[in-house]
Amino acid sequence: MTKNKAKVGVYICHCGSNIAGVVDVKDVAAYAQGLPSVAAVKDYVYMCSDPGQNIIKEDIKHLGLNRVVVACCSPSLHELTFRRACQEAGLNPYLFQQANIREQCSWVTEDAALATVKAKALVSGAVSRVVHQEPLEKREVEINPNTLVIGGGIAGIQAALEIADGGYKVYLVEKTPSVGGHMAQLDKTFPTLDCSSCILTPKMTQAGSHPNIELMVYSEVEEISGYVGNFKVKVRKKAKYVDEEKCTGCGICQTKCPIRVDSEFDAGIGKRKAIYTPFAQAVPNVPVIVAEECTYFIKGKCRACEKFCEPGAIDFEQKDEIVEIDVGAIIASTGYGVFDPTPMAHYGYGRLDNVITSLEFERLVSSAGPTGGKIQLKDGSTPTSIAIAHCIGSRDEKYHEYCSRVCCMYALKYSHLIKEKTEADVYQMYIDMRCFGKGYEEFYKRLSEEGVKFIRGKVGEVTDRAISDEEKGKLIVLAEDSLLGNVMRVPVDMVILCVALEPQADAENTARKLGISRSADGFYLERHPKLDPVATTTDGVFVAGCCQGPKDIPDTVAQASAAAARALAMISKGKVEVEAATAHIDEERCSGCRICNDLCPFSSITFDEEKKVSRVNDALCKGCGVCVAACPSGIISGRHFTAEQIIAEIEGVLA
Amino acid sequence: MSFEPKILGVLCKWCSYAGADLAGTSRKKYAPNVRVVRVNCTGRVEPTFVLKAFEKGADGVLIAGCHPGDCHYLEGNYKALRRFQLLKKMLAQMGIDDGRVRLEWISASEGERFAVVVNEMTERVRKLGPFAKNGGSNG
Repeated sequence: MTKNKAKVGVYICHCGSNIAGVVDVKDVAAYAQGLPSVAAVKDYVYMCSDPGQNIIKEDIKHLGLNRVVVACCSPSLHELTFRRACQEAGLNPYLFQQANIREQCSWVTEDAALATVKAKALVSGAVSRVVHQEPLEKREVEINPNTLVIGGGIAGIQAALEIADGGYKVYLVEKTPSVGGHMAQLDKTFPTLDCSSCILTPKMTQAGSHPNIELMVYSEVEEISGYVGNFKVKVRKKAKYVDEEKCTGCGICQTKCPIRVDSEFDAGIGKRKAIYTPFAQAVPNVPVIVAEECTYFIKGKCRACEKFCEPGAIDFEQKDEIVEIDVGAIIASTGYGVFDPTPMAHYGYGRLDNVITSLEFERLVSSAGPTGGKIQLKDGSTPTSIAIAHCIGSRDEKYHEYCSRVCCMYALKYSHLIKEKTEADVYQMYIDMRCFGKGYEEFYKRLSEEGVKFIRGKVGEVTDRAISDEEKGKLIVLAEDSLLGNVMRVPVDMVILCVALEPQADAENTARKLGISRSADGFYLERHPKLDPVATTTDGVFVAGCCQGPKDIPDTVAQASAAAARALAMISKGKVEVEAATAHIDEERCSGCRICNDLCPFSSITFDEEKKVSRVNDALCKGCGVCVAACPSGIISGRHFTAEQIIAEIEGVLA
Repeated sequence: MSFEPKILGVLCKWCSYAGADLAGTSRKKYAPNVRVVRVNCTGRVEPTFVLKAFEKGADGVLIAGCHPGDCHYLEGNYKALRRFQLLKKMLAQMGIDDGRVRLEWISASEGERFAVVVNEMTERVRKLGPFAKNGGSNG
């Protein structure tokens, strides 16, 4: 097919009024008609719809089009749709080009006339480029059937079990000594009030004993290389100083260890030892020694745990181990962090005794927690009044703009648990009650009949400065009741701050290892917020649970199963299509200077010593184009991103 | 009518192009002067592209890619940075004001920033006036 015979079809989408409401689509169509090589121009209300695609297909067949341009939304949304439509009509999908006149034109331009000028320029660029595009064949690569799941909370456990039950191998990597995640810390779960441990621990056990799951706890992913279907992953298994094979999980070591530190699992309100399992139902039930806390590692003597360990499982000589695994798909289920309210000094967290976070309360009320589930103040007495302050760090432009989605509901749950266990008055200070899930509104209604006092207004301050006898020795919560329009002073014994769910502290680092993006709120970015909520822009990497955004347990489990289904679909097909747009070296003209060899970040260019030329390994090349831009002889071409194509587009948009 | 500069935007597909899309989905309004060409990576940008743009009527060129460390291809943006420094030297020798070119790091989450950068760039080039290919005094 020679370029001077190019017959381009140009299709302008109205996208309802999204484009046509601003851009004069008829004017753009008339303009496109006059562009070189353009054989047909049409505009339609929704090009991506079936009838829209059919217009293109019919024109390809009946008008003999050999190039297609659609001016519509971003290619990240519908490039695949239109490529597929072309293919179905017998046109190579790489002979399609998309002009983004919605996200980058009609939605961002105030002035309709200027938006139309810009739309014309973008269409001109696409037409100019598409004439130079060449047909390419997609390559298929074999898929390694193993999957890596990062993070062993409920999301990771669910995803791992789904895949393992489907008959494929899963590596489940968890950085703490046990799987379970935040869900294991919770007492009851809303709105059904079933015990969190009762529904979670069986799944933890299953994950720990499933023949297809290789559990790697106390481990972290160090490095990920490769590409969809063929990732190479380095996992650091931190030294536990306990031999997993010998340990029987009797727990004697933990009773003998003399070092007591704050327990992470108990959110700092309980203690653990320097050798510990985070909680009694831990999976695996093997303790770890934290070297930085252990007397033997610090001072060179103690070894109390070793003396009492009958099976002789303590091994102070253990070292970190780097394990290399090969997988075809990766599911990131790394969970969330909890907002630290200390910087909000007006709430007195850390300064006032009995101002606690929701996670601390969760451990306080848990029957397996440090108080055995007794709701008590720091001095051991039972509170007679408790205020629950919503939206601490959420829906707050200074901290997190987003809603954390679970706080309203767990706050209601707390009310119920407090009422069940104490005689205390409960105040809910909220901005809006958001009870959107199945059975949630009903739960809210039930609680409002249980005598809980609802005050619509965000807490402004918590203080211990009493101005009346009634307030003496109490925490005074200042809030504006926005329904009544007055400022209230509510004296209580305990204040629970419903703190925001936020991205894990190391989310940025993990995103880099995975090669995925994050949204403005710091959570991992899904490929499409509605239609592809578990995939990422990196093929073969999926997300599940709160690492993608705050969500409750039902949504987390649903997303985890969806991620597993996506991974399973890929694995069961056995092969995956990879980008055909790779670099190509014209060996006849290669001078063998080897500049490209070291430039390639994926080591995909090798040097043929015999012929003295460089060569690209298609399977490794990701098509970044660094070598293309660097070749001093200009003989490396980027398939689908040749200099000719890019310059043609530049000329087009500037025309 | 005031001078409306024509600016070429070369955006990497993973970060900055997605950032520009986000500006769209967030309906951030910004100057319509930047016409975008999408590339896989800023590491793909040849200095010739920039010179070609000036030859073909651009008054300015904005190149934007992933923040350091975030490159989808690991280090393409570093290569772009190095080439950009050389390019600026070359443009200076050709008498082209370095205010006409800009390299920026804009992530997929920085829709707002994309809009700000485009507006800044447009105003800067507007002040510099039309680019004259003959190396005229306003170049």
